[in-house]
Amino acid sequence: MGEVLTMRTRLRPYRAVLASRVRAQRSYRASFALDLGSSLLIGIVELAEIWVLFHNVIELGGLEFTQILLVFGLADFAFSLADLSFGHCDNLPVYLRAGTLDVFYLRPQPLLLQLITSDISLRRLARAAVGLAAMVVGLTINEIDWGPRAIALVGLAIVSGYVMFAAMFVWAGGLQFFLVDGAEMTNAFVYGGRYAATQPASVWSRPLQAVFGFFFPMAFTGFLPVIALLGLDGPAWLPSWLGWCAPLAALWAWGMALLCWRWGVRHYRGGGG
Amino acid sequence: MRSTARIFWRLLEAGFRRQSAYRLAALGGLVANATFGLLKVAVLFATVRAAGGELHGYDVGLMSSYIWLSQGLLGSVNLFGRSDLALRIKDGDIAIDFLRPVDVQAATIVTEVGQSLFSLIPRGIPSVVLGAVVVGMDMPATAGPYLLGAVSLLLGITISSATVYLIAVAGFWVVEVRGLQILYMVVSGFLAGLFVPIRLFPRWLELLATLTPFPSMMMHPIDILSGRVDLGGATLLLAMQVAWLATLGVVGHALTRAGRRQLEVQGG
Repeated sequence: MGEVLTMRTRLRPYRAVLASRVRAQRSYRASFALDLGSSLLIGIVELAEIWVLFHNVIELGGLEFTQILLVFGLADFAFSLADLSFGHCDNLPVYLRAGTLDVFYLRPQPLLLQLITSDISLRRLARAAVGLAAMVVGLTINEIDWGPRAIALVGLAIVSGYVMFAAMFVWAGGLQFFLVDGAEMTNAFVYGGRYAATQPASVWSRPLQAVFGFFFPMAFTGFLPVIALLGLDGPAWLPSWLGWCAPLAALWAWGMALLCWRWGVRHYRGGGG
Repeated sequence: MRSTARIFWRLLEAGFRRQSAYRLAALGGLVANATFGLLKVAVLFATVRAAGGELHGYDVGLMSSYIWLSQGLLGSVNLFGRSDLALRIKDGDIAIDFLRPVDVQAATIVTEVGQSLFSLIPRGIPSVVLGAVVVGMDMPATAGPYLLGAVSLLLGITISSATVYLIAVAGFWVVEVRGLQILYMVVSGFLAGLFVPIRLFPRWLELLATLTPFPSMMMHPIDILSGRVDLGGATLLLAMQVAWLATLGVVGHALTRAGRRQLEVQGG
């Protein structure tokens, strides 16, 4: 009982900050509505990019549009949720340049936890809705042998996908301590990773499979679970049984993320002043 | 007249030099260009092959030129909608700009064009070279497409700056232009043909895209540079670009004048 209570007291500051951020965003109603609208449009345009290709061909990398819709849905839903809760790690270079990061050091809480809970971008819910809709449609119109196996696979994919994309944001954050104004270098893999995750990984060349299949395990967020679910064959390096290994990939991604974060924080010498 | 030209030349130079200070950012941009480029190669080549080796006039070689030229232009064509001017309008610094004896619209656009032209050196040209060496691409063998393409490229960059200028001056009426910037970012990349050439769009969507200035920023220069269109086609595309630049220039001028009367700066 006592332990539960201390846990709650410990979490209270984070909850207070998050609640204030939520209230702040909802208080400017017109601006919030516009933000939601733009965010929805981002999701729709990203789906349109894929749809336009399938307007020209029936099958791409062994997948039809209904099947790629499911890949897109799983990956984009997971990415949007990670973006909602971890996306503001992208602001780290701004804090570093302005020296405002030092304020975080004054508080008796872990730096990473403070940074993550310093904001929450509710507008990204609209984008998550696009991913969710694509996923639900994909799960409905594809022929799936529903049972405990299929449900477990989809559940694992969503949770692991979220965890993997979150790790990407933290990984990028850790490297910002070195890059400062070279954030585009990590964006290439965070946002490039999102782009890769919504593609059929079977069209990738070997180097791309190595980078976005394993090093940054983006194929595990959508493509591999989907081919395992639909009973399709994957390319040589990415067999369909790997779809079940998404939690392992998530573990790897977080290992790498925390290592980079620690490395970055140790490198940081303060903004002076 | 000559002194005005000299002022704008100096501004162009200043923009160019300013951009050259961010070397690591340029390297980061190149890494991003290459990564997205290779992913585009994978998915678009697969699309061309799935269509039987040719799709709306695109074979693998032409698709490769499209991909690497579009990646190369990524740092030079403003598809983000952000500009320094938007910040200056928000915090009132624009009042100082109005006191200067140069046209605010022209000075803003020229400076940004200078920055964009510099970005061609660390990001644009290396992206194209990388594509040519690693993936291989078909480029025209005659000088014509390159000459017209260079003109079209300059027009495209200027059109993007002139459009982003409109978003910034919207700040005279609405306090926060961030929503507009995001909207611009979402729509511009797609309709400018950054992810998929607009020829592959369904007919209605391609038509919709040509009714906006976005294809003039990126798709048209690429069509001319890669030799996808012949001389007649190139002339038509250039005429469209000139028409768009003139329209955007006139609208921007009118909005600047109206906004100047609207402007109210607090404090002193």
